[in-house]
Amino acid sequence: MSTPSYALRDSMTMLRRNLKHARRYPSMTISIVAMPILMMLLFVYVLGGALGNGIGLPNGADDRSGYINYLAPGIILMAATSGAVATAVSVCTDMTEGIINRFRTMPISRGSVLTGHVVGSVVQTMVSLTLVIAVALAIGFRPHATPLDWIAAIGLLALLTFALTWLAAAMGLVARTVESASNAPMPLTFLPFLGSAFVPPESMPAGIRWFAEYQPFTPINETVRGLLTGTPIGNSGLAALAWCVGLALAGYGWARIALRRHAKR
Amino acid sequence: MDLTPHAASAATTSPLRTPTRPAAISAVGLAKSYGDKVVLDGIDLTIPEGTVFALLGPNGAGKTTTVQILSTLLSASAGQARVAGHDITREPDAVRTAIGVTGQFAALDNLLNARENLLLMADLHHLDRREGRRRATELLRRFDLTEAATKPVATFSGGMRRKLDLAMTLVGDPRIIFLDEPTTGLDPRSRRTMWEIIRSLVADDGVTIFLTTQYLDEADQLADRIAVLDRGKLVAEGTADELKRRMPGGHIRLRFAGLDDLESAAALFGAATPDRDALSLQIPGDGRIPTVRAVLDALDTASLQAESLTVHTPDLDDVFLALTGRPQHEERSPQARRSPDSRMENAR
Repeated sequence: MSTPSYALRDSMTMLRRNLKHARRYPSMTISIVAMPILMMLLFVYVLGGALGNGIGLPNGADDRSGYINYLAPGIILMAATSGAVATAVSVCTDMTEGIINRFRTMPISRGSVLTGHVVGSVVQTMVSLTLVIAVALAIGFRPHATPLDWIAAIGLLALLTFALTWLAAAMGLVARTVESASNAPMPLTFLPFLGSAFVPPESMPAGIRWFAEYQPFTPINETVRGLLTGTPIGNSGLAALAWCVGLALAGYGWARIALRRHAKR
Repeated sequence: MDLTPHAASAATTSPLRTPTRPAAISAVGLAKSYGDKVVLDGIDLTIPEGTVFALLGPNGAGKTTTVQILSTLLSASAGQARVAGHDITREPDAVRTAIGVTGQFAALDNLLNARENLLLMADLHHLDRREGRRRATELLRRFDLTEAATKPVATFSGGMRRKLDLAMTLVGDPRIIFLDEPTTGLDPRSRRTMWEIIRSLVADDGVTIFLTTQYLDEADQLADRIAVLDRGKLVAEGTADELKRRMPGGHIRLRFAGLDDLESAAALFGAATPDRDALSLQIPGDGRIPTVRAVLDALDTASLQAESLTVHTPDLDDVFLALTGRPQHEERSPQARRSPDSRMENAR
């Protein structure tokens, strides 16, 4: 029964189910959009003046309006990570409720439940990314990117979202309760802080700077920032791509193993 | 090694087994253990097509484990089983195509409404859209859920959830249906409704039903054959009547106005036990009308007047007492579960 056509069909059915959930109970979607937007407003309007002054913006740009151009790519990145919490929660909810046992006694493709969750979450997160970008533009983000730059940036963000969603799905599978599932991806949403999202790593103390320079979000952040605002990318682009592909493979592999283990539990 | 001597003698094969009909479910030596904890201790089953089979036993006997193994949810530690002609370990997908499972806890999508839950099942069974909608509408009508069709399932009562759960199981038109404690926790009315639905499934659709229950009366009402499961072993199998006949617990109880009447009546019925404090007489026997009539006739002939008459029919407690030598709700110490010695003592 697990012929490719059925696998695709079952995954589509599961995707429709997950999108229906998201539409009907939008509180999770709202919270994953609201968090980065509130962060952005906080950092621009409360801290923006001081931070813009502190990080020494080029060409004597106005501190606050200049800072948003530095900040926005990081906030967009944050929006990509915050979808992970929703994924882990919805996967764990499915696994702890009776419905998963029903699916398991039906002749459907094993992975379709997860595929449905992952694709659904990617769609949801891309929608929230769009909203975050729209708000950033509304409060003064002024990217100078060509359509090709935009496509590349969105492509990278989609790849990152895909990778984080598989990781989150695995976290949802191994979590015993919905509460722990919602906590597990928290470090992911926190990582952009320890990178170049808010201030340049050069301003940090040595240990944290070292971490910031080598963690995945810094090259991804630098690449998105470069594509949208024209700052130099250097070899960040390749590093960003490698991180995203690596994380996606790791997350996918982990989720497959966790799903098989869950079935035997 | 059989450590419970009564089990071997109790598990007699009934002559009523119908070899002409092919077996929908058959199992040999099915066992499951977690570490050194034995949950299922080698059970054999043969369930002919189109019949209702009830697995009767208290909590923790291994009923749900049996259902989970036969429905491909769990793998057995030992033994083989065929469901709908397919080996459960080698061809799980073929088994899944033939079966429907309604577990102990309603397996619904709480974020969807009743109709959407049914349509989800239709999609997963790869029915085309029109056929799926037709079947959903029909099942909603059959289960009296049409009015609640677009309400969120989270607002449903226990009885409605159970009905919808069963309706979802039926979307795939299964030939074999597993019902794990289908009426546990339901109010008496919902319970009756459930029974009627189950009966109609067998009568109208000719499906095979494997149900587990803690209630003898439920097994009695629904099942063609009943097997009693205790601590992972089948301790008896037969029709409801066969089982009840082996129960010593059935009796007729008469109450008298005075001690004289009681003594005279006690003299009439040889096997009776009088209770002088309660002024009552307990006469062993089934609760059938001829038996009751014979008792009343004997009283009439002797011109004795009984104040009241009650018929006590055996229930699961009697079944357990008779088959295992201990009441079903008896507290089991962890040692009793593990050590064969204490099991022997219990068995005696």
